[in-house]
Amino acid sequence: MIDKTAASLEAAVSDVRDGATVMISGFGDAGMPHELVDALLAQGATDLTIVSNNAGNGERGIAALLKAGRVRKVVCSFPRQADSHVFDGLYRSGRIELELVPQGNLAERIRAAGAGIGAFFTPTGFGTLLAEGKETRRIDGRDYVLEYPIGADVALVKALYGDRWGNLVYRKTGRNFGPIMASAAKCTIAQVHDIVPLGALDPEAVVTPGIFVRRVVKVSSRRPMR
Amino acid sequence: MKRFSRDEMAARVARDIPDGSYVNLGIGLPTLVANNLPPGREIVLHSENGILGMGPAPAPGEEDWDLVNAGKQPVTQVPGAAFFHHADAFAIMRGGHLDYCVLGAFQVSSRGDLANWHTGNADAIPAVGGAMDLAIGARHVLVMMEHLTKSGDSKLVERCTYPLTGVRCVSRIYTDLAVIDVTTAGFVAREWVDGLSFEELSRLTAAPLAPPDAAT
Repeated sequence: MIDKTAASLEAAVSDVRDGATVMISGFGDAGMPHELVDALLAQGATDLTIVSNNAGNGERGIAALLKAGRVRKVVCSFPRQADSHVFDGLYRSGRIELELVPQGNLAERIRAAGAGIGAFFTPTGFGTLLAEGKETRRIDGRDYVLEYPIGADVALVKALYGDRWGNLVYRKTGRNFGPIMASAAKCTIAQVHDIVPLGALDPEAVVTPGIFVRRVVKVSSRRPMR
Repeated sequence: MKRFSRDEMAARVARDIPDGSYVNLGIGLPTLVANNLPPGREIVLHSENGILGMGPAPAPGEEDWDLVNAGKQPVTQVPGAAFFHHADAFAIMRGGHLDYCVLGAFQVSSRGDLANWHTGNADAIPAVGGAMDLAIGARHVLVMMEHLTKSGDSKLVERCTYPLTGVRCVSRIYTDLAVIDVTTAGFVAREWVDGLSFEELSRLTAAPLAPPDAAT
């Protein structure tokens, strides 16, 4: 029998190793698996590379991991936020590495890793600082930059419902990076508002098929779901 | 000197967006375009974080933090809206499916280069978000910005001195002084505020500017 249900957040993240590359879904608060990130902080893994759209807000979540000195490198598109003071301080003092990636290239590089694509040519970033040193090619009169996939050891994602096979559905713009990160990591851990019986999710509406997911853990939302 | 207000600029941009368009509005000034769309036009707003059919801000108390825009502010969904993941959100841009995007800018060059993501200051925290994808993706890239910097320098230039967001991508610029097209022959003024002469507008623009009747 396949049962990907994890008994607790603690159990779900227990085997994340030092030096791991960890993807974290979310765009702002939407789709951010705060509770899994808190569990990772408590678990203690360090020397991490974090792949996420942002580099932490306030003092919680990714910012808390950064503040605790667990993160060696951040791969993201938009580290600068009104309340990204933890990242800003580490970056300015040279204590964290940043790979800044245009958001669509970040998404496509993650998608490519999950889809087994070796590299791809994209027009995004051509002629800019973020393409410096990268291979370029003119195809049909248009200029492109060669970009490589970004895979991960672990992905932490947030979804609305999951089942014991790992099938996931999301909620509104909380979907964002979840589906592509789920496909791009060796071990994808999903926190869901509720775990439903097998067959309860409409197969036509499943967004992430369970094959991409290793563990599902229930975390009831603090906010009501409408 | 008389200037277009921010809402007048937004209304002027909105006038150029036809019924049936798919549009992405950048963070900041371009967001105002949403409030100024002419009634009777069905225009579908796209946001990089995975929604087509984005509606206005919710009433106070009705915020849903799973439903936000690119600026991470709460929004609403209109009937017919669709959600999708981030790779699809950017396929919609990069794949040339959007009719228009409206972006803010630090500088635009007379060949349509856009600089809007980084001042290049050593102390600045660089952040790019979706700007580079939008710049090369939408069929028409419209820029909405002040004509001059706070220190009085033209933001329309022959060559951008700030790091570029995209090369030869801007098609039209709406400033607080004028509407200016980027053509293969450089900047062409289309209209400008009352009381300003074409000569004065040219003087405030740090690149050659052609009058409206110039052949393009």
